[in-house]
Amino acid sequence: MHQLITFSLIILGLPMLSFLIIIFNQKRLQQKAHLVGLPIIGTALALAIYICYSKLSGIHETLNWSTKWISFGNVPGVGEWNITTGIMIDNLTSIMLVVVTLISFLVHLFSSKYMEGDIRYSRYFAYLGIFTFSMLGIVIGNNLFALYIFWELVGFSSYSLISHWYEKPGPQLASKKAFIVNRVGDVGMWTGLMLVFGTFHTFNFSDIFAAIHSGLPTNFSLLGLSPEATLTAAGVLIFCGAVGKSAQFPLHVWLPDAMEGPTPVSALIHAATMVAAGVYLVCRIFPMLTGDAMLVIALVGGLTSFIAATTALTQNDIKRVLAYSTVSQLGYMIMALGVGAFSAGFFHLTTHAMFKACLFLGSGSVIHAMHHSLHHLHDHHTDPQDMRNMGGLLKKMPITGYTFIIATLAISGIPLMSGFMSKDEILAGATAYSSLQGGIATLLPWVGFGVAMMTAFYMWRQVFMTFFGKPKMPEVYAHIHESPKAMVVPLIILAGLSFWVWYGANPIDPANGWFMKSWAETPAQIVPHNTAPAFAMHEGSSAKEVAGPAHEMSEHGKVAEKVELMPHQEMLEHKTHEVAGMGMIISILCAITGIALAWFMYLKNTALPDKIATMFAPLYRFSLNKWYFDELYEFAFVGSFMLFARMCSWFDTNIVDGAVNGVGKVTIVFSKLNGWFDKYIVDGLVNLTAGITQLIGSMFRSVQTGKIQTYLAWTMAGVVVVFAVLALKML
Amino acid sequence: MTIGLNHFLFIGAVLFVLGIFSMLYRRNVIAVLMGVELILNAANINFIAFSRYGGVNISGQMAAIFVIVVAAGEAAVALAIVLNIYKNFKSVNPAEVDTLRD
Repeated sequence: MHQLITFSLIILGLPMLSFLIIIFNQKRLQQKAHLVGLPIIGTALALAIYICYSKLSGIHETLNWSTKWISFGNVPGVGEWNITTGIMIDNLTSIMLVVVTLISFLVHLFSSKYMEGDIRYSRYFAYLGIFTFSMLGIVIGNNLFALYIFWELVGFSSYSLISHWYEKPGPQLASKKAFIVNRVGDVGMWTGLMLVFGTFHTFNFSDIFAAIHSGLPTNFSLLGLSPEATLTAAGVLIFCGAVGKSAQFPLHVWLPDAMEGPTPVSALIHAATMVAAGVYLVCRIFPMLTGDAMLVIALVGGLTSFIAATTALTQNDIKRVLAYSTVSQLGYMIMALGVGAFSAGFFHLTTHAMFKACLFLGSGSVIHAMHHSLHHLHDHHTDPQDMRNMGGLLKKMPITGYTFIIATLAISGIPLMSGFMSKDEILAGATAYSSLQGGIATLLPWVGFGVAMMTAFYMWRQVFMTFFGKPKMPEVYAHIHESPKAMVVPLIILAGLSFWVWYGANPIDPANGWFMKSWAETPAQIVPHNTAPAFAMHEGSSAKEVAGPAHEMSEHGKVAEKVELMPHQEMLEHKTHEVAGMGMIISILCAITGIALAWFMYLKNTALPDKIATMFAPLYRFSLNKWYFDELYEFAFVGSFMLFARMCSWFDTNIVDGAVNGVGKVTIVFSKLNGWFDKYIVDGLVNLTAGITQLIGSMFRSVQTGKIQTYLAWTMAGVVVVFAVLALKML
Repeated sequence: MTIGLNHFLFIGAVLFVLGIFSMLYRRNVIAVLMGVELILNAANINFIAFSRYGGVNISGQMAAIFVIVVAAGEAAVALAIVLNIYKNFKSVNPAEVDTLRD
């Protein structure tokens, strides 16, 4: 076993250890639970950084370690059949390890103050531990089955953490919603998994890809589809899991509600790591995505980012704006993977994790300060999360404010920031794809740039409403204080990671930066040539044979990562380079327009937003009410489900119970008849017999007087009769 | 008219009938016992008569002596019973001794 594999196993075990220690010592630890969690996650972070450094700097092949897990023995028609599980460490894994442990560590640190005095302080840290464990499990697994198990585990820990304050109805409902909506996606994912496993008899990523690359078997078919269409279906079905976990349309409704959980949880789970798991999943199955599946993924991502961005424009809750912004950015990442911009999508996942965690923790810091100020004033009615109650906080909370602004610069795509680099590459990729693909995909760059502008607008709207302008509630403002060190240090670290320098030397040329150039290279798509995007065939480059083997197994079982891209991928890359410069300029213009608009509406002319809201009242309400998705689902799914449940209930009470009651009634009538028969006929006969016996008995009883003289008289009478008879005979 | 067997048998029958009636209708158990004795003696007369006139000879007299012996024993037992009856019922009227009915 390679040293790094051992280390990754230790990293996986550490958060579990933290969970076990805390969960079994809740009473003893109480408010000291972070003293267990912090050093353990810190160790994991240090190991993760070591793994990441060694992998990225020195090891070029994928580290793979497998062990037999479940053995089915010799299956007829299949042969020896085993499920193996194991660990795979490639660049993606090593980067994700650092992202997950880093954010988890900072959230632990932040929570130690933010959650201070909470009644379930230790439980909270225990669940942070099990969440980190599950997330790391997703990241290091080398097969879909293990990934699925950890996938459900993060769903469970997310559920437990959203419902941390389960006394309140909001978190209760939100946690259930999150869990159930995720299940909907997971059904699709599981179906996809079974489809793949049923044909290839393996869950292992590299084995699946190798099998697909060596030619699709003819029995690979779902509902009579051709093998090629089935491959598309498998890709889309597995992607359904990502739709649920990464809150893509139409299953995005759970994420904004999940903001009912504690804010650090939102930062860790619902912004930086768990929701990125869906994107990570698509990255993992990227080689087996067909052209059609990619188009579906790109459209879903684009639509999601658009819906979420338009909703975020009008929200007033500081966390809800961030939640919709997260959904929108996740849509961006999914769109990036759909258009084949693999590196850009994964790059955005990483940069987004940093600046969005910073934004969420920053909002947590603001809410913390607002909450304490309101608490100080004994005001329990004002909403500490409503931005309309804030304003001018930059002077009171400079560190929170400036880090928040840095992260906002990053998300709006201002040069020198990480978000600019990743977002720009996504937009370039989308533009390239749309010009090659044509059709409905031409909408994608428009959506991309429009969303970029809206993102800049609503994020700066948030900054201006929260940190600038006049305080809306002066008495609350007076008692606002900067948060303690444990809370601002994570903010500073995350804001620092939002600069360009970590991802590439040149801030305006991300494609040649080390992140995209060497860390997150696009893997080859090993799908059959006739399922690749259609444009690759029109160009005549189809004369070129199918790309060489994507994964050549070396003698050590290690998979070589040096790949030859498929023709359509090369075309996309060329096109992306062509449009990158133009895209960059438009993207900067969009961002600046958005920021200027926000400045004009929320600082310069503060009466304007209300005027616009009344002018476009229907549109405003449409956005404020989140496109009425909740109402639609309530009507279409919850309502019809309830109707169905009521129908079942009616059937149960009236038909089933009616039948049972009817049978009961018939039985009663029958038994009454039976009883009458028994009482009067059967018993009558018995009584009659007894009566006759009694009559006879009473007749004979009168003879038995008990007086010996009477007996003697009878005896004598008998003797006389006997003599009389004898005498008569003699005559 | 010579005294013959029939005369003895007649006297025995009369004694027997007297004994029976005494047993049936007397209101004193002692009297009932006396009726029993009459019946036994009626039988004795018949034994003696057949011993003299019939063919049984000395056997008849022997039987009579047996009857007398048994009667003595019987009288002893019967009187003991009568004593117990009186103890239990405070009466010697056989009509009142009817617990046998139950």
